[in-house]
Amino acid sequence: MRHPQLNAQGELQHLITIEGLPREMILRILDTAASFVNVSDREVKKVPLLRGKSVFNLFFENSTRTRTTFEIAAKRLSADVINLDINTSSTAKGESLLDTIDNLSAMHADMFVVRHHSSGAPYLIAEHLNRVGASHVHVVNAGDGRHAHPTQGLLDMYTIRHHKRDFTQLKVAIVGDVLHSRVARSDIHALTTLGVPEVRVIAPYTLIPSGMEQMGVRVFTDMRAGLADVDVIIMLRLQNERMNGALLPSAQEFFKHYGLTQDKLALARPDAIVMHPGPMNRGVEIDSTVADGAQAVILQQVTFGIAVRMAVMSILAAN
Amino acid sequence: MNTPTPDVESVYAALRDAIASALAAEPERRPHLIGIHSGGAWVAQRLHADLALPTPLGTLSSAFHRDDYGRRGLPAEMKSTELPFEIKGADIVLVDDILFTGRTVRAALNELFDYGRPARVELAVLLDRGGRELPIEARYVGAAHPLARERAFALSRTPDGRFSLSIE
Repeated sequence: MRHPQLNAQGELQHLITIEGLPREMILRILDTAASFVNVSDREVKKVPLLRGKSVFNLFFENSTRTRTTFEIAAKRLSADVINLDINTSSTAKGESLLDTIDNLSAMHADMFVVRHHSSGAPYLIAEHLNRVGASHVHVVNAGDGRHAHPTQGLLDMYTIRHHKRDFTQLKVAIVGDVLHSRVARSDIHALTTLGVPEVRVIAPYTLIPSGMEQMGVRVFTDMRAGLADVDVIIMLRLQNERMNGALLPSAQEFFKHYGLTQDKLALARPDAIVMHPGPMNRGVEIDSTVADGAQAVILQQVTFGIAVRMAVMSILAAN
Repeated sequence: MNTPTPDVESVYAALRDAIASALAAEPERRPHLIGIHSGGAWVAQRLHADLALPTPLGTLSSAFHRDDYGRRGLPAEMKSTELPFEIKGADIVLVDDILFTGRTVRAALNELFDYGRPARVELAVLLDRGGRELPIEARYVGAAHPLARERAFALSRTPDGRFSLSIE
């Protein structure tokens, strides 16, 4: 069965996950993003591609950075942006998710940017819109549960390509709380699709989901061994709010073994870049000297994230 | 209508000479050439070298302002606008390969004005094929060559930098 994110012509109708996207489609998004990067430098920081369209930000889970960058991206494309405060909305009064969507569609929404604590919620919405014949309305997954965060994955690829050019010679390490990380899943799918020959995952056993090897990655529990000769280090946030039970002895213990410090960074290639999706827990997964150091590209990721989200929205809106 | 394909090298030479004589008549001008992707950028690049202009060359993409975005979307291969000079107050010659409906030039002007307010903008085109849908005309034209609506000129570049033209 066709994934509901693709239309009958095989074009991207919604962006739900990077899993299964052809390499050419990912590269087209990155190339399109490149042309949006300099929009921020213009006297008029806007292009009219989404003029007259309404983009609804539906964040059922808190986020500052992602919601703000989506909002900036939509506004730079000249869309009208409506931010729904879900905590005070009808959902809190018991309205179902799909009823909320139907009501907003009746207000002539053109695009929903959805973050939800349940894996699969954006998929459900996209499938529902296709089923009720509202396939002109687009859904962008801004992070669902532990499943996927495709625009973060794409902006990570953009950042890696910006610094490393060629994906096919790289060693990339993803470090930390892989178990709870939708960013890790999206990055792994994107990296393997783009032909990265060696993707490593570094974490304690309790934070590694089962079946990692089937995704084409090498698993390390020893951070020093895992960082040897890598070109790219993607640090993940230790997701305290998702921790139930005793997966870790303590944050201090975690930092000792899996925190990125200058001496551990020295094991990677000298030109390795350090990435982090934010927000950072300084002193838990990353040391401040590394986070603020010359090899960190963490703030660039945020800037590139706007261009990548502009690219995704403008490609979807035309399909 | 079986139109013969014009000799694009002599058309190019005519365009180059038209601009050269206009600039010779106003020697105080310091115009910037800006080529519209893709064909216009090639023409502008060659003009820039042949006319030995001291000002930097720019390239411009009309994709963000096209009025057919809703039907055609963004091009599969996006080119970036690169304007390595101040647009505000600049004297600009916008260059394209083929002038047809005028919609590309309209979109290009919108793109240009996102960077500032130029002092003046002229238009130079290799071929004017007629069929205008907007009140836009070029000051410098290599040749006027009417073509039926359903046909299209396709400009390409040979490895030695010369142009070749076909009708599709």
